[in-house]
Amino acid sequence: MKDARNIGLFVVLVGLIPFVTDSGVVLNFVMMALYACLLAQAWNVLGGFGGQFSFGHALFFGVGAYCHVMLQLHAGCNPWVALPLAMLASALVGAFVGGLSFRYGLKGSYFALVTLAFAEVFRIVTLSLSWTGGGVGLMLPLSESPANMQFSTRAGYVWLMLGLVTLALICTAWLRHSRFGAYLQAVRDNEDAASAVGVNPFRIKLAAIILSGAFMGAGGAFYAQVFQYIDPGLAFGPHTSVEALVGAIVGGMGTLWGPVLGALALHVLADVTRNLLGQLPGINMVVYGAVLVLIVMFLPRGISGARQ
Amino acid sequence: MFDVSILFASLLNGITTGAVYALIALGLTLIYGVLHIINFAHGASLMVALYGVYFLKEHAGIDPYLAFPVVVPAMFALGYGLQRGIINRASHGKDENILLVTLGLSIILENLALLFFKSDTRTIETAYTLTTVTLGPAMIALPKLVAFVGALVVSALLVWMMRSTDLGTAIRAVAKEKQGACLMGIDVDHVYAMCFGLGLACLGAAACFLLPAYYVNPMVGSGFVLVAFTIVVLGGMGSFEGAFVGGLLIGVVESLGGLYLGESLGQVGIFVIFIAVLLFRPQGLFGARA
Repeated sequence: MKDARNIGLFVVLVGLIPFVTDSGVVLNFVMMALYACLLAQAWNVLGGFGGQFSFGHALFFGVGAYCHVMLQLHAGCNPWVALPLAMLASALVGAFVGGLSFRYGLKGSYFALVTLAFAEVFRIVTLSLSWTGGGVGLMLPLSESPANMQFSTRAGYVWLMLGLVTLALICTAWLRHSRFGAYLQAVRDNEDAASAVGVNPFRIKLAAIILSGAFMGAGGAFYAQVFQYIDPGLAFGPHTSVEALVGAIVGGMGTLWGPVLGALALHVLADVTRNLLGQLPGINMVVYGAVLVLIVMFLPRGISGARQ
Repeated sequence: MFDVSILFASLLNGITTGAVYALIALGLTLIYGVLHIINFAHGASLMVALYGVYFLKEHAGIDPYLAFPVVVPAMFALGYGLQRGIINRASHGKDENILLVTLGLSIILENLALLFFKSDTRTIETAYTLTTVTLGPAMIALPKLVAFVGALVVSALLVWMMRSTDLGTAIRAVAKEKQGACLMGIDVDHVYAMCFGLGLACLGAAACFLLPAYYVNPMVGSGFVLVAFTIVVLGGMGSFEGAFVGGLLIGVVESLGGLYLGESLGQVGIFVIFIAVLLFRPQGLFGARA
């Protein structure tokens, strides 16, 4: 009940921002922060609640992005139809990767490495096929209209992203209170004990990676829709995987608001370092890496776990 | 489909490239294979070593092969310090944390390099860079042949160290039973740091062998990370002979993949092998544990 109230408050507060200001800078910041929240929350479902550390979440991101663009380009699909289909495709890839790696009992670093390898395979394959645009990438034609999911101002994208983030928050709140969520956390904390009391770890983890993949796919589809362009490096490169997991870890894994907090904090940090230190190449990423190390060292439960 | 001589040249090229991969993977075998420290900063550390070799050559005129006595101890010290000062402290004894800390370290190292050295790709020129040796119907570059011999020597040294020295015994003890080793009076933190230091020292050696035929830029290491992990797992966790053979195998797969599937798709073979090994034979080719 408390979670529902907080999510409602979050939606109203963020949803009102475009009415308060029409500054492109502010709205762009809000949009990108929400986007980072979605990626972090998607990773959190599998990594935070399920304890399965994926280092290749860009795989689902890229599949979502490519499906979203290719459905529009090759099948003439409307983006409002393409988006859920892209999420479905990412979920299916999640089922495939999860099915294989959980069936063969990959855990810990092995699981991290296998997800990384899958992302790399997809990157190389999209790079090599002419069907996916190869290294040149794919571009979405410009045709501005809400029916086409191309808005004239950032406000439309903010609301669209807010809708997706809300969906992810509702799903996470459900994980906190539902039977499935309890199973998932039991599997995370002690897989043997969980299966001894009748939980099927394989099915639970599989469901988690499917959910996580679907949300990550939505992130990819959104990215492709906003920037109207996607290429193999953007889609499957390690950058997105890192952004997703760092957001969740800095904020606090396995919590509802941690990933939101973490993604927001990292975005503010990136903006501040960019403004303070100018455009020195790499300096903002140095700060980013240092924050990751310091958080793991001093706040292993993330910002939101700092009080305990 | 292809002329035999092309196939032979491609094989030879694969084996020599594979030797360089093996060199890089040997350090990781010690770090990841033996002690299960998941070092995502392996590629970034290689990059640091390559810059070291590069600047020694450009500013002090020291030949890469003679830079050994400087680069290898320096990398050892870096590794020992990193493990003792940062990784060990931040890990709180959990595997996942090591993953994250080394990831953070690699981001820091790569972007510091970007900050100080810009993103330019740099190469060095030596008298022997373009020297080739004729082997049957094919020719290979001399630096690659040297790297092959270097990889062989380094892996032999590592095998000897693990089998016949006190440190090797201590490392094996810590890998098998940390608490027991601690009770026997082994300084576990010191052994971990020595392992990490030696692993990075291997990278120092790899950098000396690599640079005459290769280049350096801030991102050069990232391409090697997954390949190195592939080799460690393929060879069997903790097996140096396995890493050497695995490295050669991966080099050949990449070379033949490039020949038959084209330059960009050729690399796919490496990762497909990696996934297959992880799934179906996680003990690797030479691993003992089932």
